[in-house]
Amino acid sequence: MLAVALLVFREVLEAALIISIVCAATRGVPRRGRYVFGGIGLGLAGAVLVALGADFISNLAGGAGQDIFNASVLLAAVVMIAWHVVWMSSHGRELAKEMQGVGGAVKAGSKSLSLLLTVVGLAVLREGSEIVLFLYGMAVGGIAAASLAGGIAVGVCAGAALGFALYFGLLRVPMKHFFSVTNVMLILLAAGLAAAAAGFLVQSDLLPTLGSRLWDTSGLVSDDSLIGRTLGVLVGYKAAPSGIQVGFYLCTLALLYAGMRWQQHRNS
Amino acid sequence: MKQSAVLTALLAATLGLAARAADVPEFQLVIKNHSYTPAELKVPADTKFKLVVKNEDDTPEEFESTDFSRETVVLPNHTVVVYVGPLRAGTYGFFGDFHRDTAQGRLIVQ
Repeated sequence: MLAVALLVFREVLEAALIISIVCAATRGVPRRGRYVFGGIGLGLAGAVLVALGADFISNLAGGAGQDIFNASVLLAAVVMIAWHVVWMSSHGRELAKEMQGVGGAVKAGSKSLSLLLTVVGLAVLREGSEIVLFLYGMAVGGIAAASLAGGIAVGVCAGAALGFALYFGLLRVPMKHFFSVTNVMLILLAAGLAAAAAGFLVQSDLLPTLGSRLWDTSGLVSDDSLIGRTLGVLVGYKAAPSGIQVGFYLCTLALLYAGMRWQQHRNS
Repeated sequence: MKQSAVLTALLAATLGLAARAADVPEFQLVIKNHSYTPAELKVPADTKFKLVVKNEDDTPEEFESTDFSRETVVLPNHTVVVYVGPLRAGTYGFFGDFHRDTAQGRLIVQ
């Protein structure tokens, strides 16, 4: 049961942190809950489909299918986040104003909602498909149904609890700075996802490494630790990144920041 | 900014193709009964190489290493190819994420 709980926890944690940031970023948008649950539901359905089609996916592109698929899912999320961040920077201020005003009747936000719903769906799909494959293996291995169910329950609850903690922590940020903070978090999240995508393409040799371990801080915070995993999602932390990953990370940061500033400039 | 990113991407793609064309040494790993054979694999330092991971179990496994940052699912009775390195001399652990208690191994890079 412990092995099940631990694996489920690790995967759920990553998705939960992403969902929390998205929830914070869409604070005050009407019918947000429906979108977020819709995203999770679609993601779960997608996860089962991906697990069922894992054989097909892995055989694509001469065996590089799995890496290309993972990289595509991550990059699609990056594009959605970029779109939202750039769009929000032109509307964030009025959004914040309206929210403080008339009970948060924010129509504007719902435009961006479907983008972020997709980000939630993609996060659940990616982490979920791993859980499905793992659980399938456990079931074939003849694990008792009670341990399986218990492990899943503990893992999901623990992962979700940390997600909620992040969300309620973010809600304490003063309204004046709130959307600036969530935008920065989204940009860092996107940069980390882009770097992770580069990692998948490197392991299939579709991108050059440009230096396989530029530095190594695993003695300080290991990628496999709870803090390492959390920082991995929140700021794209990687103990020993490759050059191409650092490049993807910095390019994404620069592009999103420039896009955001450009929009702000246009609207001022 | 955008232009330089596009150029970087193009350059990266070209380098990637060039790198793929070159021959790289190949090493085999087999997963059986949720453990790796060999559990210790000697590989050359400062050289990119190819790991061919074969899963002979009827359950999926995830070949993973935080030490050299690789992560890929290996379906039952499937083989995956993972490019690794170049790595500096040293010892780098890897494991099977779906059976961490038994699936443990390391690369001896020298």
